[in-house]
Amino acid sequence: MKTKQTRRQFLKGIGLVAATGLAGAPHIAFAGTKKVVIVGGGTSGATAARYLKLADSSIQITLIEVNKTYYTCYSSNEVLGGNRDIKNIQYGYDGLIKMGIKVVIDRVTTINPENRRVTVSNGDTFDYDRCIVAPGISFKYDKIEGYDEKVAEDIPHAWKAGPQTITLRKQLVAMKDGGTVVIAAPPNPYRCPPAPYERASQIANYLTREKPKSKIIISDAKPLFSAQAHFFRGWKKLYGYDTDNSMIEWRGEAGVISVDAAERSMEDDFGDVLKPDVLNIIPAQQAGKIAFDVGLTNADGWCPVKLDTFESTLHENIHVIGDASLATGLSKSGYAASTEAKVCAAAIAALLNDKEPGSPSFVNTCFSIIGTDYGVSIAAVYRLAKDKSRIVKVAGGLTPLDATDEQHRREVAYAHSWLNNITADAFGL
Amino acid sequence: MANNKYIRAILLLLSAAIYLYQPAYSQDDSDTPPLLTNVSASMLANTCSGCHGPGGRSLGPATPTISGMSPTFFIKQMEGYKSGKLPSTIMKRIVDGYTSAEIKQMAEFFSKQPFIAAKGQQSDKKLIPIGKKLHKKYCEKCHSKGGQSVEDDTGILTGQWKRYLETSMQDYISGERIATKKMQHKIEVLMKKKGINGLRALIDYYARPLPKKQEG
Repeated sequence: MKTKQTRRQFLKGIGLVAATGLAGAPHIAFAGTKKVVIVGGGTSGATAARYLKLADSSIQITLIEVNKTYYTCYSSNEVLGGNRDIKNIQYGYDGLIKMGIKVVIDRVTTINPENRRVTVSNGDTFDYDRCIVAPGISFKYDKIEGYDEKVAEDIPHAWKAGPQTITLRKQLVAMKDGGTVVIAAPPNPYRCPPAPYERASQIANYLTREKPKSKIIISDAKPLFSAQAHFFRGWKKLYGYDTDNSMIEWRGEAGVISVDAAERSMEDDFGDVLKPDVLNIIPAQQAGKIAFDVGLTNADGWCPVKLDTFESTLHENIHVIGDASLATGLSKSGYAASTEAKVCAAAIAALLNDKEPGSPSFVNTCFSIIGTDYGVSIAAVYRLAKDKSRIVKVAGGLTPLDATDEQHRREVAYAHSWLNNITADAFGL
Repeated sequence: MANNKYIRAILLLLSAAIYLYQPAYSQDDSDTPPLLTNVSASMLANTCSGCHGPGGRSLGPATPTISGMSPTFFIKQMEGYKSGKLPSTIMKRIVDGYTSAEIKQMAEFFSKQPFIAAKGQQSDKKLIPIGKKLHKKYCEKCHSKGGQSVEDDTGILTGQWKRYLETSMQDYISGERIATKKMQHKIEVLMKKKGINGLRALIDYYARPLPKKQEG
């Protein structure tokens, strides 16, 4: 059992071992230690860790993450477009460690809500007063015949950034001029609503530059999509959309129903078989696996939470934030993950100090970079309904449809700034 | 099959057309339920840091640092976005989500965060002294201490991100952003006498390397 060691290391870290030793009653000091274990070191998990530490430095925080570094899914489309090095979206945990947060690189195997204990694969356990589960998404592979985790290594979803982003990029680079790329866009709800269309845009940006005879087909499960008019406008301006020579073709209600891994082909809802040069299958989504193992999910596969604290409605003292949570009224995005994490951290800091959590405030801003100098954004401010039933938008909107070139150019610069700032806000400096 | 496909495509276009003519968010005011109020200053301010950086200290390259700002100036800017007087790509859409009292809370919060100068900006060594002179002549009265003063209740210029200074000046010059009469006059004279190169020198002066203690 590592808890004692953990406490020692922690106290040593903030120079309290000697002090409590002098006081002669360390067990009293220990009894008061508030412990939070965070499962998952993506945007919401890391942001929660940072903000919890800032809110109350006496809280002992342990963040457990399976990977040594995290690749943000946001801005990974730029990697596909050849406009950003993947190292640019890779973040480590030194910034959190510097703040006195304990970071454990391991896989969480169980979370026991009864005795409030998290166990990792090497058998170590971590006790908590409050646990934050930030597992991100997993994929509903069973909805697409012939597609699974193994096939996805070769026919990537790239909807978690990292190795699959690199695979997809390599396939795009290897493709001949005049080739076809198919992006199978997922049904709602999923991580980052405008992202499949930003992906098409970024790939079009690359192909226009390097392989202008190529085509991109978006085989979409949905009849409509996020910021649709804005993407159509951008594609018209940049990629010949709505002309005979359009690089991008969008097919609504033509979602993927099966994949033939050997043939590298897919069948859509219409029964049409597509056999492109590069195939990108983005499956339907649900909460990350650990949320299912612990029993935090509802019938749809997402985690219902109280919207003022993000505490699970299914298990006390466990909070769920980020893409996995059912934050009614808020979409699933990097900014939403960040804003949920801050509300959750403030609530936990209050609860652990026997105070009532304060009223929350939320923001969500999503940028899409459609072309080199062409960005659009969706932004909104939210509050919580008094009856706490839903998160309510109080202001916001999209880039105006008559925005000038200069405005679109600035949105790209703000998108790049956003990446720098939201990641510093999550992973520290 | 093919026919079916065309019919579906037409239906799809129709539904898309209907969708596009709806406002971006379908919620109207009558639908808004009573909301939780009394939001704390830090809760409000933390919603800004996704774009403006931790504690309002931006890592750039374009979004400005808002930490350490004069509260009076902060309020003036936010109310400017709200009224539409101050042009923006995104701020108008966001600022409408905050009451004047909340803007005041945020202004106080950010004024207490340290202003940390932008790091690693390119600045032409030869232009810095030229910019310094121009600053003294045209700007120092209202942006004192070499553009670092907070007490003036104007924007901090030295250590701000260049790209932000450039876009701000671009908007002043185009007339899209309305400066005070005095500032408008100064800009006109500066542009007439020194042109774009003068402006460049001025901005390079604000982006000059600073003594270590003023950097993050």
